[in-house]
Amino acid sequence: MLHYLLVQNRQGKTRLSKWFVSYDEHEKRKVASEIHQLISGRENKFNTKVAQKFSNFVEFRTHKIVYRRYAGLFFCLCVDVDDNELACLEAIHLFVEVLDAYFGNVCELDLVFNFHKVYAIVDEVFLAGEIMETSKFLIMRRLQELDQMP
Amino acid sequence: EYGVTAALNQTVDSIFRKSLTDLVRGIRNNKKNESTYINKCLQEIKEELKLANNDVKISAVQKLSYLHMLGYDMTWAAFNVLEVMSCSKFTAKRIGYLAAAQSFHEGIDITMLTTNLIRKDITGPNLFDSSLALNCLANMCTPDLARELAVDIVAMLNSSRPYIRKRAVLMLYKVFLKFPDALRPAFPRLKEKLEDADPTVVTAAANVICELARKNPKNYLPLAPLLFKILTTSNNNWMLIKIIKLFGTLAPLDKRLTRKLVDPLTNIINSTSAMSLLYECIQTCTVGLSSVTSVIRLCTTKLRSFVEDPDQNLKYLGLIALHNIMLNHPKAVMEHRDLIIRCLDDEDITIRLRALNLLTGMVNKRNLIELIQKLTDKLETAEGIFRDELIEKIISISSQNSYQYVSDFEWYISVLIDLTRIPVNKHGKQISWQLMDVAVRVKITRAFLARQMILLLKDTRLYSDNRSNVNEVLYSAAFIVGEYSQYLDDIYEAIDALLQPRITSLPVNVQIVFVQSVLKLFSFAVSGTVIGEVDEDHLIERVSQEQLLEIMLRLKDGLKSLIQSDHTEVQERACFISELLILVENSNFSDLNNELGYLFTDVLNPVAKDAQRRVPIPEGLDLDAQINEIVESEEEEFENGDTNFLSFGYEETQNTSKFIEEETQKVRISRKQQKQGPYYLPDDSKLNTDELPPVEQITAEMLDLKGNDRLWAKRPTASIPKRREKIHVIKTEEMPDDALTEDIKEIIEKDSLSKIDLTAPLRDDEILPTAKPYGITDPKKDKMTEKKKKSSRNRKSRNENDKDRREKRSNKSRNDNNRPRKSRDDLKRNGESIEKSISSNKNN
Repeated sequence: MLHYLLVQNRQGKTRLSKWFVSYDEHEKRKVASEIHQLISGRENKFNTKVAQKFSNFVEFRTHKIVYRRYAGLFFCLCVDVDDNELACLEAIHLFVEVLDAYFGNVCELDLVFNFHKVYAIVDEVFLAGEIMETSKFLIMRRLQELDQMP
Repeated sequence: EYGVTAALNQTVDSIFRKSLTDLVRGIRNNKKNESTYINKCLQEIKEELKLANNDVKISAVQKLSYLHMLGYDMTWAAFNVLEVMSCSKFTAKRIGYLAAAQSFHEGIDITMLTTNLIRKDITGPNLFDSSLALNCLANMCTPDLARELAVDIVAMLNSSRPYIRKRAVLMLYKVFLKFPDALRPAFPRLKEKLEDADPTVVTAAANVICELARKNPKNYLPLAPLLFKILTTSNNNWMLIKIIKLFGTLAPLDKRLTRKLVDPLTNIINSTSAMSLLYECIQTCTVGLSSVTSVIRLCTTKLRSFVEDPDQNLKYLGLIALHNIMLNHPKAVMEHRDLIIRCLDDEDITIRLRALNLLTGMVNKRNLIELIQKLTDKLETAEGIFRDELIEKIISISSQNSYQYVSDFEWYISVLIDLTRIPVNKHGKQISWQLMDVAVRVKITRAFLARQMILLLKDTRLYSDNRSNVNEVLYSAAFIVGEYSQYLDDIYEAIDALLQPRITSLPVNVQIVFVQSVLKLFSFAVSGTVIGEVDEDHLIERVSQEQLLEIMLRLKDGLKSLIQSDHTEVQERACFISELLILVENSNFSDLNNELGYLFTDVLNPVAKDAQRRVPIPEGLDLDAQINEIVESEEEEFENGDTNFLSFGYEETQNTSKFIEEETQKVRISRKQQKQGPYYLPDDSKLNTDELPPVEQITAEMLDLKGNDRLWAKRPTASIPKRREKIHVIKTEEMPDDALTEDIKEIIEKDSLSKIDLTAPLRDDEILPTAKPYGITDPKKDKMTEKKKKSSRNRKSRNENDKDRREKRSNKSRNDNNRPRKSRDDLKRNGESIEKSISSNKNN
């Protein structure tokens, strides 16, 4: 089960946060800053000849964080310890693909200015901590229908 | 004219009013004074919310949600959010629901007011409205909401659109979490969804059942045939992953299932190209099919390719999966040892840590030394968390199973001593404990250890390194020197080492041991002329009178500074010893020396860790009974739960768990304070006093009075004899008399969802709670409501619409500033009475 989805930029600003489990406000902010510290520390700062990078999975408190970097944004999903990490990576990729298809070459600014639409997209892909829809085509069709609503 | 200026003001304001885009742009332009800018915007939003114009309010709520995402609280605007949610325009509704999903949660009382609104939206005709409501509910479901809306969500399971069905299915899990009683009535409908025509609905159902199965797997075993059919017919990877995971939890319960699963799973493992699916299959095989060796072999081969892959993710996962297999089949993993050792050098610390974890299961007698050698080599270049882990692992690997794999203790002790030389070491306590453990359990090492510890005591580095707690090692060093002083060569050296001036810089608990050890040394020296334990291997040399005088002189010198120590404990013991010295000096040697010898003749054995817990409570002792009478006037204070709950036979209510937590916290703090107080005697000796008979009953036979002259050991050989046969390690541990056979461990309370048993058939009274019209207390009228329940749902929804309209009207009337304060008090009561007070307010 997913616990939360967090999209942060390299400076630690939260661009999107969707919490599937109830945390109170103070906890949420603390978690966001801890995750930022954890993940930015794993960035490969040195240019090594061999493509040595860190794995995309980190242990965090009693759960796991599966994350991936797209341009300047980190997409992080927090899951239970026995969840399949590779499937989560696929889910993140699906979500990013949908964003890309919807906004057309999505960039960070798109997420900033259209945050309510981004949340609508999140609601089409994930629900109650599970991946709800996996077909990009169906999701896009729904989103187009939603856009036509008054 | 007044009206004109007001209208003008409004238009001016509306020109400058910010939309969301303006807000975002403004924040980006004001990076330096962001918080002041945002506070200004918040003020503007507050103004905007007071206006009656809907569009303005909607935009304001939208801006608020954005600010909320940045970290600013928006709970004060909860009523406004509610209003926006109830708008019929879709975009407005969406904004309202988004704001609700973000800011409403169980702690906020407003959530109760949303019940009917959500119900109306879920059951309504508009597909997007109901999806909005379901989404929002998923985020902010409270137990009350779950209870009220369960029946509607289950109704939605039969909706004609798969869009709604799949959301309703997923939503059910949240409902079950908050309101477990819904599980039994709703389960048959959920089962039907596994055979739904639309594959996404089936995936959703599989998801929910997978989560539920984690709590109580045997409930879902009857579903196995159905799931099996899906497993073999589907080719949707996401669904397969969930179904396989589900089988992983079910397979251990049923052997036939295990056998049936072998074929399809091996097929998938061999044929799939999706790594995620492969990984899931392997994990399930580890958990569920661990008895089938061919499958495990296949898995380990696949996992080897994972670990060899340059992709870090696959490496990491490979190591984790190997670790899981290792727990059941250590030999299967043994052959990949070299590969794993190579992983210890990886860049990524998580991979290194995993590899280290894996190695603990792969030791045996032959490779232990080689392995530890490799680890200690790595220790020099390691840093941070990895280094700490390394040290911990070195110690835990070696001490596994009471040192099962250690054949050469001398080597192990030197490893431990090397560990103390590492700078910035936080493992002083562990190493210290290890040294003491080895000394107590492995008799033959004692001689070697005693002499090594003298060297350690003289090592100046251990005293001065303030960043680490490696001076804890001196604790056990001093203990060993004192306890096994019969093995020492040179008692002068020992006394000098124990009483050097540097020890005053050590922590108190360590200093105490030093002083005590001096006493032990002295007692052996003195009584060595009369009594003592004779060890066959050692020649014992008599301590002459002059030597004894010399010893006493040195002791007196050394104790001078300790007698004036600031620490009570140290001072007390030092004074004790110096008085003893004076006594011995003044008295005739022979009599007193006998007595002194008795001080330390008993052997100290290891005591079991849970020995204290197993002390049987004597009959007739009631720990919960009060010692004193309760004084009447103090009862008021006690009701706050401030006092020790043990003395009042506290009944278990749901709130006590929180009180108990606070209480234990307080007790913990007070105990800590006690420990640091001057009169607390730490129990550093492993002596179990229950074992000793009372002093008056000690007879001469019990003591070993062999009458030999006990002399000091002369060491012919310098090291521990290397025995080919098994080294005896004392594994038996001391227990109190009549120890209870089972440890009283705390029973872990299972949460209510796992307690539910689905295998029993559904009883008649188990239906989902439906909305009842209120104000009915007359039994005759109750009969009427029964009839109403049996009638169709349409009539109910009509009733609910009426309630909705009433509620919305009263919601809108609450917009003025004075009202909210009053209704907030009303909110403290439960939902139904709120509506009553609303209607009464309206009537007033």
